[in-house]
Amino acid sequence: MKLRRRDFIRLSGITAAGSLILPPLFQSCKGPALSGQVTAFLDHFEVTPEILERVISAAMSRGGDYADLYFEHTISNYSDLQDGVVNQTSSNIGYGVGIRVLKGDQTGFAFTENVTPEAMLNAANIASNIANGTGKPVTADFSEYISPNLYPVMTSWEETSVREKIPFLERINEKVFAADSSVTKVNASVSDTTSYILFYNSEGRLAWDNRPLANLSVTCIMEQNGRIENFRVASSSRKGSEFLTNDLVDRLSAEAVEKTIIQFDATKPKAGEMEVVMSPGESGILLHEAIGHAFEADFNRKKTSIFSDKFGQKVAESFVTIVDDGTLPSDRGSLNFDDEGSPTEKTVIVNNGILTGYLHDRISAAYYKVKPTGNGRRQSFRFIPIPRMRCTRMENGPHKKEEIISSVKNGIYVDSFSNGQVNIGAGDFTFFVKAGYLIENGKLTKPIKDINIIGNGPQALADIVMAADDSRLADGTWTCGKDGQGVPVTMGLPTVKIRKLTVGGINA
Amino acid sequence: MNIKEKYTLAEEVIDHALKSGAGQASVAIDEGINNEIEIRDQKIDRLIQSNRNALTIKLYVDKKYSSNSTSRLKKDELFRFVDEAIASTRYLAEDQFRSLPDQALYYKGGGPDLNICDTELGTIDTQAKIELATSVLNEAYNKDERIITVSSVYSDNISYRVLVSSNGFKGDSARSNTNLSASVSVRTDKGRPSDYWEENALFYDRLKKTGIGTKALERTLKKIAPQKIQSGRYPMIIENRAAPNLLYPLFNALQGNSLYQKQSFLIGKKDKAIASKVMSVADDPLIPSGAGSRLFDGEGLAAVRRPLVEDGVLRNYLIDTYYGKKLGMDPTSGGSSNVVFRLGTRNMEGMINLLKKGIVVTGFNGGNCNGSTGDFSYGIEGYLVENGAIVHPVNEMNITGNMNRIFFNLVETGNDIIEGSSELVPSLMFEEVDFSGI
Repeated sequence: MKLRRRDFIRLSGITAAGSLILPPLFQSCKGPALSGQVTAFLDHFEVTPEILERVISAAMSRGGDYADLYFEHTISNYSDLQDGVVNQTSSNIGYGVGIRVLKGDQTGFAFTENVTPEAMLNAANIASNIANGTGKPVTADFSEYISPNLYPVMTSWEETSVREKIPFLERINEKVFAADSSVTKVNASVSDTTSYILFYNSEGRLAWDNRPLANLSVTCIMEQNGRIENFRVASSSRKGSEFLTNDLVDRLSAEAVEKTIIQFDATKPKAGEMEVVMSPGESGILLHEAIGHAFEADFNRKKTSIFSDKFGQKVAESFVTIVDDGTLPSDRGSLNFDDEGSPTEKTVIVNNGILTGYLHDRISAAYYKVKPTGNGRRQSFRFIPIPRMRCTRMENGPHKKEEIISSVKNGIYVDSFSNGQVNIGAGDFTFFVKAGYLIENGKLTKPIKDINIIGNGPQALADIVMAADDSRLADGTWTCGKDGQGVPVTMGLPTVKIRKLTVGGINA
Repeated sequence: MNIKEKYTLAEEVIDHALKSGAGQASVAIDEGINNEIEIRDQKIDRLIQSNRNALTIKLYVDKKYSSNSTSRLKKDELFRFVDEAIASTRYLAEDQFRSLPDQALYYKGGGPDLNICDTELGTIDTQAKIELATSVLNEAYNKDERIITVSSVYSDNISYRVLVSSNGFKGDSARSNTNLSASVSVRTDKGRPSDYWEENALFYDRLKKTGIGTKALERTLKKIAPQKIQSGRYPMIIENRAAPNLLYPLFNALQGNSLYQKQSFLIGKKDKAIASKVMSVADDPLIPSGAGSRLFDGEGLAAVRRPLVEDGVLRNYLIDTYYGKKLGMDPTSGGSSNVVFRLGTRNMEGMINLLKKGIVVTGFNGGNCNGSTGDFSYGIEGYLVENGAIVHPVNEMNITGNMNRIFFNLVETGNDIIEGSSELVPSLMFEEVDFSGI
């Protein structure tokens, strides 16, 4: 079923890809003075500044306002341990260029996996059809964009063979089995992605990026008296293979075991509305679903978001400040520049309770006459960039965690999640709770698991009545889906209390 | 590349793999051509065209296994790619269960023409598609003062596959799909509800081209002013287009990997009752012009019609060659093709007419199912029914339960399947479902 109007987020246990095959070295012709680094990327994709100009001219030839070229070479690997051994890997190489033309808010797009001048000119021609006039010649000078270096790589994944990953996966297996005699299966995997990006647009912006992304995932499965329970934990970061450490392995292994054990004692809450306390960290999924998507500026310029008419209004208590940040070092949601060549930033979307910012791509930034916020993202060169989130988090609030929990007579405390979704027009958002606790008379009592929580975005935001000073970021393998494409994201939250959400449960 | 060139390339890559040390190998070459046109409020919003290629090689090197794919299809690069993949595979642990399928199970040709590819699709020009999407839009555009925006999408794709294995499989397939959809968003006092309608067909000529915008508008207007109701146990009717969502956990639980890794709530349930007698589901790959039809599966195993559930009893898991060996079962197929429910006698309206009080679920909103235990909880939207009629829309509610129990509460399957879908699931009625609301 095609997920179209529904935007979702889920924990990924993803993809894979192969080994690096670099095309042979290709000498650029004499041209504008460009740095050695950008020249290396031009050579990598076997293009010259002159070819780039020709393709952009073709793209603009029917009167488009703007065009961009997004070259991407992505190598991904996935190594999997099952039944005590690393006995399967998968790998993938993606290579190509996406060519986009904009005319106002209209988009023409084509991609080619053959990065030859002929194939690119053909794709540019196809994309140019979104406009149907004649174009003026494009004369922008090359302007090399020097981006920050948010995710330096110490040892690249391309220099790391599967032989070096195996000991970490085997250590996970060892640690988890040793921790508890009811462990019956362990699944562990490492997936790594390296992307080489070269970007050029009709304004002359020329930029390159080298993006690592690594995930380590552990699933512990236990059997007790014929009952089976499982729990998955994971960590993700934009790092080279220095990401894999014994400390990380030991931390994830211990957490997987601890959380699986608790599942055996878990009960289901009573169905219905109640107070919900969210623990710090990946509970930021609340922000991602309740408001994050609804603040994406494409929905707002189309007026389909329930927040479309709330800009500048008070939408939450004054202690609530929420940002979407693309600048955190080595963070899964960070980018040196977005997928439309715009600088990323820390965008304040709710400031002391007031809705002050949407998340923009080029089209919506132009529509709202603001500068782009660096939220234009795409799954790969095969997709068009649209407004997406990065790391969406709430800053510290004035309360303390203990006072928040003890303020709840009958409610729940939620802690671990697997996925969420939202209807941005109606405003209903949901997230699925993998672990949490009942709160009875101000104390955490029985564990709960496997229940969905649903609420209304604007209502839930206004209903954040307490927030503690312990804001933390999640570091899991979160992938956000929208419009049929997925991008890596993260989130963060302090301990918060929401006055009322609808909790999935049992009717006695 | 034409089909002959793809076969030649696949064979050359396999030869190279065997010469470089692989004991067995299989190669799939996939190509997909996609077009998409979106119209929003009378303007073309997006015009997208793409052509995607990939070669995937499965390598069996001294009983060690890996799968590797690339979109770089030049032969010299492919040979280097394969060499590196073989070297990398050698570091893995041996797996005695890994090998290509038994040749006896392969598709050997001579099957019927399934008629699943519209070879004329490429002759339809972009302007005709734009006009078609525009006509869909115009059925809804400006037809109600509460409308905020209307958008319509036309999309089509053709995909081609060539599959060759070192132990004798050679086969190719082509399939097409065309899709038209509309979505409408309206302004109300309490939010901006929206809904959509879509039609699918394998052939452009058979694609239903009218009524889509109208239905999208109708459904959206019906959603205005939803209210949630008291939590409680109620009968539930799931509309046909939402019903597959409740089945995905079942299909996951049927997979060999889930069974072996103890992440399936259907372990040990073969030939045991898992649902009420009302439920019979088959996997049927040979339906003429079926959206999921195929002559062979992803490994080349000959496609066979199989019962999955018969009168509530589980008959077959989805087992590929590898998990067949690990679990000691004969392989069936690792994937499903057309999922076919035994139909009842009434459509959704017919079921509603006989409902004293209950909820019709027309959409799901997030939620999940624990694979090991079958515990599920999903967000839903739909309608409250009382005395055989819809009273008002509902949203912001959840259903919660366990997959091992809920299907015993299935009391009726409808007769209303969706044309052009590989999931031939009608509307379904369940009793005693836990809803959470107020």
